[in-house]
Formats: sequence, structure tokens, C-alpha cells
Amino acid sequence: MAGVAVSTTINGDAVEYLCQPDETLLDVLRDRLGLTGAKEGCGTGDCGACSVIVDGRLVCSCLVLGAEAEGRKVETIEGMAHGDQLHPLQQKFLEHAALQCGICTPGFLIAAKDLLAKNPSPTEEEIRFGLAGNLCRCTGYDKIVRAVQDAAEVMKGA
Amino acid sequence: MRYIRPLSIEDAVGELAKAVGPAAILAGGSDLLVRMKGGFIEPELIVDIKAISGLADITETADGFRIGAAVPCAVLGENKAVRKAWPGVVEAANLIGSKQVQGRCTITGNLCNASPAADSVPALVAAAAKAVVAGPSGKRTIAVESVPTGPGRTSLAKGEIIEAILLDKRPEHAGDAYLRFIPRTEMDIAVVSAGVNLTLDDKGAIKTARVALGAAAPTVLLVEEAGQVLVGSKLDEGTLERLAKICSGACRPIDDKRGTIEFRRKVAGVLAQRAAAIAYKRAGGK
Ligand SMILES: Cc1cc2nc3c(=O)[nH]c(=O)nc-3n(C[C@H](O)[C@H](O)[C@H](O)COP(=O)(O)OP(=O)(O)OC[C@H]3O[C@@H](n4cnc5c(N)ncnc54)[C@H](O)[C@@H]3O)c2cc1C
Ligand code: FES
Ligand code: FES
Repeated sequence: MAGVAVSTTINGDAVEYLCQPDETLLDVLRDRLGLTGAKEGCGTGDCGACSVIVDGRLVCSCLVLGAEAEGRKVETIEGMAHGDQLHPLQQKFLEHAALQCGICTPGFLIAAKDLLAKNPSPTEEEIRFGLAGNLCRCTGYDKIVRAVQDAAEVMKGA
Repeated sequence: MRYIRPLSIEDAVGELAKAVGPAAILAGGSDLLVRMKGGFIEPELIVDIKAISGLADITETADGFRIGAAVPCAVLGENKAVRKAWPGVVEAANLIGSKQVQGRCTITGNLCNASPAADSVPALVAAAAKAVVAGPSGKRTIAVESVPTGPGRTSLAKGEIIEAILLDKRPEHAGDAYLRFIPRTEMDIAVVSAGVNLTLDDKGAIKTARVALGAAAPTVLLVEEAGQVLVGSKLDEGTLERLAKICSGACRPIDDKRGTIEFRRKVAGVLAQRAAAIAYKRAGGK
């Protein structure tokens, strides 16, 4: 199989890579670019652990081909903090202990960031519905919802 | 395997038409990539249609709306004009998957994947939506219900691509609705579903009606008799009962772990009644 040459932007940086035509963006991020924040929980769009934002849209990177990133802007969990300064969502996830094993956390953070960008004051129901594409086997979700609510308050004040 | 991203529909059709091995059209990939990973298909050529000019646009024409085949359902849901004219179609499209899936999935992909449980399809069929098909011998416009021919099978020939879905302009006093039954509250496949599209006369009596059922047969079912029974009524008790009976009778469902035949028949009728009531209210009926 001939490789596909891709030029894209990841977390604001211009990035070029070669990938196989059937290789997913998740595999490219993790195995070629060393961006291992996005996780593979299922590989079939069900768990959201691989969530990234492409051109402003939340997607599962396990269901995007690496080749499709050509000319796009990709945002991953690695771009969420500014240096040592955590994003309010990251900070609140820590404060609320909204993670245990942490496998789902990057996906939840990216999905929650997308949710708050589109709806800065979501109700609890809107948060639960908005994050329904992210599965967590550990926390029982409540702490995640509280963390997102709290982060929303902080971000509105900012 | 080759991945290509043509810029024109002619190039895309040309590449598909001359492909020697198995070829696949890639829209949002939420079915295609899952099936590739599962080993159910091994295409030698993937034609990504998202860069084809015009395919990512929703345009309002003199006749209604043209929804390009590469428009993700999330974008469709943000379009106020379509949402106002066809709330049932949009709510059905927005039921597909999660926010992540919404960012990618298309109604055309939903239609062409040809699952009997595809959520947007009963709503599109009830809406009398049409598909614009581009192929090696030119373009044709067909009713959406003629696209799926069985689970996973379509009437599209080699080299053919659906370019857009067309929805009519709405007259006054019109409404549509879509409902599905799932055991969870989100992220699940319809056990059975119903789409209803109505127009009313000035007195609030139903003038035209189309009723479609999902997951009730190998393909979506357009239940013409159910539409007919609604015409002339104001959705009184008796009419609703007849509607449910006709819909239950029209089902040819399967028994599986998600629902029995008996359950699907019963719920198809109930959902048709409820969707009709919502569509009637949206059309301004009282
Ligand atoms: C986690 C998850 C949840 C889901 N939940 C639902 C749900 O609730 N309800 C539901 O109905 N579906 C659901 N699906 C299935 C899927 O998301 C939908 O069927 C979706 O609409 C497919 O659109 P797509 O653009 O991603 O299609 P793709 O995967 O790109 O394509 C689907 C099929 O159609 C063909 N095709 C695509 N575009 C065209 C075209 N323009 N012309 C001709 N052929 C074409 C492709 O070759 C392929 O065979 C879910 C999928 C996942 C992964
Ligand atoms: S790994 Fe992508 S959704 Fe689970
Ligand atoms: S913290 Fe373990 S899966 Fe969510």
C-alpha cells in the first residue's frame, strides 16, 4: 500500500506525516506522532475515549482516517493546558476527583470543552446528554458532571 | 488500498466507474470505517466525497432545500431554516449516535448504509424526500424509499453517488415528526420507529399524510394506507386507533434480542399515533 502524505495542523502546529490509506487518525496521533492522550477504548465510535476536535467539530478519531486530516485543524488533549496552566476543566476534574483509572478522561475533557464552547451554561441534563458519547467504567459519571458544572461557572467568570 | 479525495462529482463518478476491485464512498465514515475494521468489507479504493464542490452545502432553492451528501448531521441540526420547515427530519437526523458521531454522520450515509433501523430514513420517506444521483450516464432524481432494497443493499449502480437530498418547500399548515423506541435514552439502535408528515387545510383537517415505519421490515416501510386513513380527519380517537391498527398490521418485523415481533408490532402503532399527534400540533392543528 502506498502511503498518503498529509499536511495538517495539530494544536496550532503545522504537522506533516505519511500514513497508510486505511490508518485511523487515532493511530496516526498515537503511533506516528507520539500524541498518546487520545485513547482507544473500542475503536468503533462507542466510547469517546479517542475524542478530538477537527475544524471545530467533536469527532471520534478512531472513525476518521489519518488521510482525512489533510488541510484541517485538529485539536487534541495535548493542546488543552497552556504550559503548566491547566484548563479550568482539567483543574475541576482534579478537584472533583472526576477520574479513577483515567482512560476516559482525555475524551471527556475534549467533549466537555466542545460542549461548553457551544453552550456555556448547560443544565445537568444537557451535560449528561452532551457527554453521552463518552463512556466511563469507573466514576459513575456524577463527579464528571459536577466537575463540568463547576468549570462552566469558572469559565463564565473568566 | 487507495484513498482519493476528488474535487468534482465527475471525477468521483469516473474513479468509481473504472475501479476494478471493491470501491467505497466515504462520507462521515461512521458506518464504513466500522465495517472496514470489522473486516466486513475490504475496499481497494476509498473515494472521500467531502471535498467535492457543493456537497458540503445546504442551499435553499425555489423548490425547497438541497442538503449536500457531505453535510454532517450536526451542521444540519444548526440550520434554522431546515429545522423550522422539517423539524421531524432534523430531529431524526440528530438522534444518530453521539455528539462525536453527529460531527461526522450524514443523512445520505444513513440512507445508503441501508440499515432497516436507520433513524433519518423513515422521516425522509415520510417527508417525500428525493435523492439526486450522479452516475456514469448522467443524473437522475429518485424517491429516497427506492434507494434501500434490503439490509445493507441499495439500488445504486456501480459508479453512482448520491449528490444531495431534496426536501420540498413547505406549504402553510404543515408539520412532521419522528419517534423511535430504544431501551436507553440515547446512543442506541431503534427497536422500531415511525415518521409522520402532514399538511392541513384551513379548517385544521388533514389534507395530505405520509407515514413511514423503521425497523419494522427489511427496508423502511411507507405505509400508504396509514396516510390515507388520516386524510380528512382532525386526528380524533377513532382515526388514531385505525392508524395504529394499520401500522401494526403493515409491519413485517423480526424477532431478536432487542424486541419480539409482537412488541414491535404494538409499538409501531403507538409511535405512529404519537408522531402523528406531534406532527399535527406542529402543523398548527388543535
Ligand atoms: C457509535 C455509533 C452510533 C450510531 N448510532 C446510530 C443511530 O442512533 N441511528 C442510526 O440510524 N445510525 C447510527 N449509527 C450508524 C451511522 O452513524 C449512520 O448510519 C450514519 O448516518 C452514516 O453516515 P456516514 O456519513 O457516516 O456514512 P459512511 O460511513 O460514510 O457511509 C455509509 C455507507 O453509505 C455509502 N455512502 C455514503 N455516502 C454516499 C453517497 N453520497 N452516495 C452513495 N453511497 C454513499 C458508503 O459507501 C457506506 O456504504 C451509529 C454509528 C456509530 C459508530
Ligand atoms: S475508541 Fe473511538 S470511540 Fe471508542
Ligand atoms: S476513570 Fe476509568 S473509565 Fe473513566
